Amino acid sequence: MNDMAAHGAVHDAHPPGFAHQFEDVQQQRDAGRLGMWVFLATEILFFGGMFTSYTIYRSLHLSAFITGSHLLVVKFGAINTAVLICSSLTMALAIRSAQTGKSKNTIIFWLILTMILGATFVGLKLRFEWYRDYIEQIVPGINFVPHASWGADAGQVEMFMCFYFFMTGLHALHMVIGLGILSVLVWMTAKGRFSPEYNAPLEISGLYWHFVDIVWIFLFPLLYLIGGRYPGS
Amino acid sequence: MAAIAAIPIHPPAASSIAEGVDQLHYFLTAITLFFTVLIFGVIFVLMLKYRRRSEDEVPTETQEHLLLEITWTVIPSLICVVIFVWASSLYVQNARPPAASTEIFVIGKQWMWHIQHPEGPREIDELHVPVGVPIKLTMTSQDVIHDFYIPAFRVKKDVLPGRYSSLWFQATETGTYHLYCAQYCGAQHSMMIGWVYVMTPSDYAAWLSSASDNESMTARGERLFTQLGCSTCHVSDGTGKGPSLAGMYGKDEKLKDGSTRLVDESLIREAIVNPNSVALPNYPPIMPTFKGQVDEEQVMQLIAFVKSLASQERTNGK
Amino acid sequence: MSTAIAPPHDVPAEPRVNYLNASYGIKSWLLTVDHKRIGILYLISITFMFMIGGFAASLMRIHLLEPQGALVQPETYNRLFSIHGIVMVFFFLVPSIPATLGNFLIPIMIGARDVAFPKLNLMSWYIFITGSCFVLYAILSGGVDTGWTFYAPYSSTFAHTSVIAAALGIFIAGFSSILTGLNFVVTIHKMRAPGMTWFRLPLFIWSMYATSIIFILGTPVIAITLFLLGLERILHVGIFDPAIGGDPLLFQHLFWFYSHPAVYIMILPGMGVVSELIAAFSRKRIFGYAFVAFSSMAIAVISFLVWGHHMFVTGQSVYAGLIFSVLSFLVAIPSAVKVFNWTATLYKGSISYQAPMLYALGFIGLFTMGGLTGLFLASLAEDVHLNGTYFIVAHFHYVMVGGAVMAYLGGIHYWWPKITGRMYPDVWARIAATIVFVGFNLTFFPQFVLGYLGMPRRYAVYPAEFQVLNVMSSAGASILAIGYAIPLIYLIWSLKYGPIAGPNPWGAKGLEWTIPSPPPTENFEVMPIVTEEAYNYHE
Repeated sequence: MNDMAAHGAVHDAHPPGFAHQFEDVQQQRDAGRLGMWVFLATEILFFGGMFTSYTIYRSLHLSAFITGSHLLVVKFGAINTAVLICSSLTMALAIRSAQTGKSKNTIIFWLILTMILGATFVGLKLRFEWYRDYIEQIVPGINFVPHASWGADAGQVEMFMCFYFFMTGLHALHMVIGLGILSVLVWMTAKGRFSPEYNAPLEISGLYWHFVDIVWIFLFPLLYLIGGRYPGS
Repeated sequence: MAAIAAIPIHPPAASSIAEGVDQLHYFLTAITLFFTVLIFGVIFVLMLKYRRRSEDEVPTETQEHLLLEITWTVIPSLICVVIFVWASSLYVQNARPPAASTEIFVIGKQWMWHIQHPEGPREIDELHVPVGVPIKLTMTSQDVIHDFYIPAFRVKKDVLPGRYSSLWFQATETGTYHLYCAQYCGAQHSMMIGWVYVMTPSDYAAWLSSASDNESMTARGERLFTQLGCSTCHVSDGTGKGPSLAGMYGKDEKLKDGSTRLVDESLIREAIVNPNSVALPNYPPIMPTFKGQVDEEQVMQLIAFVKSLASQERTNGK
Repeated sequence: MSTAIAPPHDVPAEPRVNYLNASYGIKSWLLTVDHKRIGILYLISITFMFMIGGFAASLMRIHLLEPQGALVQPETYNRLFSIHGIVMVFFFLVPSIPATLGNFLIPIMIGARDVAFPKLNLMSWYIFITGSCFVLYAILSGGVDTGWTFYAPYSSTFAHTSVIAAALGIFIAGFSSILTGLNFVVTIHKMRAPGMTWFRLPLFIWSMYATSIIFILGTPVIAITLFLLGLERILHVGIFDPAIGGDPLLFQHLFWFYSHPAVYIMILPGMGVVSELIAAFSRKRIFGYAFVAFSSMAIAVISFLVWGHHMFVTGQSVYAGLIFSVLSFLVAIPSAVKVFNWTATLYKGSISYQAPMLYALGFIGLFTMGGLTGLFLASLAEDVHLNGTYFIVAHFHYVMVGGAVMAYLGGIHYWWPKITGRMYPDVWARIAATIVFVGFNLTFFPQFVLGYLGMPRRYAVYPAEFQVLNVMSSAGASILAIGYAIPLIYLIWSLKYGPIAGPNPWGAKGLEWTIPSPPPTENFEVMPIVTEEAYNYHE
């Protein structure tokens, strides 16, 4: 009982957001960080299954996969890569602002900028890549029409496009979830929850956002850049 | 009781490898029995000897014993090594069919086995073979994954769609033996069973000649080769748009993508259904795919025909 | 023989506030974040799923009394064995010990108030329930007939049953496993009480930690595999079907990459429970504590390297077969080390034979048999003959039922007084344990013989020469069913009529036995400071 009373005395010293299964804020922050890293490990295995399947089929059907890759528009993939890298920068700046005690408007500014960049990514993808693929009738399962020049490779070109949509689709889903997380963070910041002492949710959401960025950095060369696109390759 | 006494513990041992597999099995059973009895026995003895006699007794502490730990790690490891070496060498020995094997072709489809002898006769759910002769089965599936299993011969292999798999055996006793599908394949999986008839060589020859369809696979393949227009491009003297197939089977061939592959049943099948994947250098990639135009049986007949050209001289027109 | 449990003298007459009565009403249970209540929610759910899977098995064994099938059409039989496998593997065995006993005990055993992420814990249960609903829908809408292994191209292109619903149910339930594993790893790393160093942890915690590693790294792969299978089925695109450009063996590699470590998800917690039971009922520290702890970790790591032994007859190269075979032998060694250490623990112990101990001893014997028959299957030349036969069925039931389920029952009995505050009648419990042991062996031992004789698995009809062994197996199954029904009855009975159990009815060591039965919601009034080794029975 004494412990409970003593605990009550220090209760007001706990910042908002402190969870009582923990002994102290440090333990909570450590647990949150470890939890996010473990979660990212599961995500690596999750995407890894698709990366492995893609790699195996690419080695088996290289010419068809090159044909498929050439159906994609490198320009937009590259722009999106730059957009995402910038968004990781703005995310890091948001966290930095919280750590250095900047005003909540500063933090919100960087968070909203991150969200704008993330939404740009999704928007560019939807409008200039997937919608265009739909018009060109190369969406497997929906309206895939093989070109005559592909010959017997048509089946594997369709398989390439399958992997393209599955992998970028799964990635985009993670982006959208990330946008949801960011909006929650904006709300929490607006409520004044964060300070240099307590900003764990920003930090671990940042980890998630950087991970989603890194997945794209692997996806882009694998999907868009195989087979070379320049004379002589 | 008599019923239980009559239960056999192994199927008939009717192939050249069956006894070897059974011996390994008995060894493994002995190890299992030994360690089971040992563990059960030691537990039983310890349970009795150290049963709790009063609620307050405090057992004496036993010290950790590194040597004991090492011993009971090393000894099972050594036993495992012995089993691994024995089982693997049996497996490796049995992996490659003898060079002079008689080849028989198998197509699995839901829910029956189509068997095609090279001399012509075809069977469904039955396989007639001569005793004492190595037999190699080349198998494929027309739909889902099946598995060709003859317990009496201790052989089994998955039969996959889109590729060939093979197993070989040499029967040592005449008789009739079970044949099963051992990979679940849908509604009538348990009815996809049949019989293997092992006959003396003379009986087998008689059976072959008495079968009604005596056109050999090679002859059928040759007919198809012409009917489908293959001979238009694959002219035998090498002057056609495609390579001559004489003398090709069984040799290594350099492909357009730089790799070198052995021209075997699988490669020929790929060339028929997916020609661009095995394109040759110096030839335009204009061969159409015959996927959907020939069934697996016809593919096997075409392969038999191409194999029959293996001993001819290689002619490279270009 | 030890006497019946006598309640300690300081049991309060009027009810004390504990986690069960701290709040009432359905909302307080469905919105709980207390790890103990979540453990109970899981307990109820998986018991329900066990009954569904068990019902399917009963129908199967009745059907197999006759060579031509005694009960159902082959198409129905195919649905029965598929449902039995899917429900028992994904919705009973995988969550059983971790989600019930693990959730309940891990925080208490390490001296914490709760798991690291209690709300995530509750969400895991809801995710499990959602997955279960999809599988129940699959059953009710005509069943699924692909086997729990979903091999392509049958499942992607040919099957006309509720494949998508079943696969979706498993996909969703997988996230429940992943989040539970994540929660456990973080809890064990970050929330141990002061003085609770890694090597003072109970061995149950080591096993749960190793299991959680497999949850985290393996489950995402089955999720992606089923996801790809579902997309192939819906969109008719060629990922695994060779007719449209895919490779069916890729499915098998991806599937078994998870499903082999999955079997260690099912056995490692059982081994952890057995360590606790052997220590408690011989009142001795587990012999070779460090070796048992490291064996759990070794099993978790090596389990990811052996998946190819399910594919020895698929036509993979001889070299691949050799590598997977040697690794499969390697993974057996740590399990053997554990069995020897448990047996050595009995030496000079003070052994009592209440039901939990009977289950633990049964586990050791049956797991030894099941594990050793695994060596037959790791042996390449043997596996060619035995793959796809009843030998495999017997092997995995020995380790999963004779092993994992018996450990689960032993754990439930051991910690029942802690969870509920009541004791069950031990005489009935011992009778039930014996019936389970006898019924189990009668059911599954004949299947080893059937397998070597060549009877393939998943057969709705079979040649008449196999009938005697099948009848023996079905007879055993009826005995086993009785053995499982009896605990259901007396455990529920004990909730109202069982004698009140005190904090430590077994006289065992461990932080869970230092707090009241049932525990208060926050577990410890005063956070413990640990100063002694685990299983410190030698005062």
